[in-house]
Amino acid sequence: MNVLYFAWVRERIGIPRESIETTASTVNELVAELSAKEERYAAAFADTGALRVAVDQELTSFDAPLAGVREVAFFPPMTGG
Amino acid sequence: MRISVQSAPFDLGHEAQQFAEGHSTMGAIVTFTGVVRDTGDDALVAMEIEHYPGMTEAALTKIAEEASSRWSLGDVLVIHRHGRLVPGEMIMMVATASRHRKDAFEAAEYLMDYLKSRAPFWKREVTAQGSEWVAARDEDEEALERW
Repeated sequence: MNVLYFAWVRERIGIPRESIETTASTVNELVAELSAKEERYAAAFADTGALRVAVDQELTSFDAPLAGVREVAFFPPMTGG
Repeated sequence: MRISVQSAPFDLGHEAQQFAEGHSTMGAIVTFTGVVRDTGDDALVAMEIEHYPGMTEAALTKIAEEASSRWSLGDVLVIHRHGRLVPGEMIMMVATASRHRKDAFEAAEYLMDYLKSRAPFWKREVTAQGSEWVAARDEDEEALERW
């Protein structure tokens, strides 16, 4: 699964994207798995209320299932316009 | 409908003219343009706009399609830039065409409200003191409630 990071989430984690093997069944489980891996992830995911997530390029919630998903992206609230 | 996500500048006059042409049954054309403005205490040197290639185009298309289903529109145009922009540069524009002005005005406002907080763009302000990500405002989220 490809995991992408944008804006300050990308800066805090230090990479724009990575390919990972995971058994996580929801976004929340993926967040817990990444946070347990290294401090920089734990720091980026400390407050998921301040984050947004897209699964296969569609905005969704952190309890969204990951079965069959190819791409997950984490980022702060968007500031377009 | 045309959606363009680009780093290159656009020519507002040319885009508005081209959009208006060929819509002889449309009595109203509304355009809105967003410009990089210098408002902070420290002089703004540049605005850097990051986006999510692929999702950005899909999200803008979805927002434009939703606007087209809610209002009677003849056409919709959305142009949004990314990359490094300096104060005074145009960031984005939307244009709507409808038979009567109410639909065109309302749809343009709807497009603006949604692309502010539902299209994957992130702004970073660069000043002489450093740079900082622009925080999303509660008002932008609240603006969606009226639709």
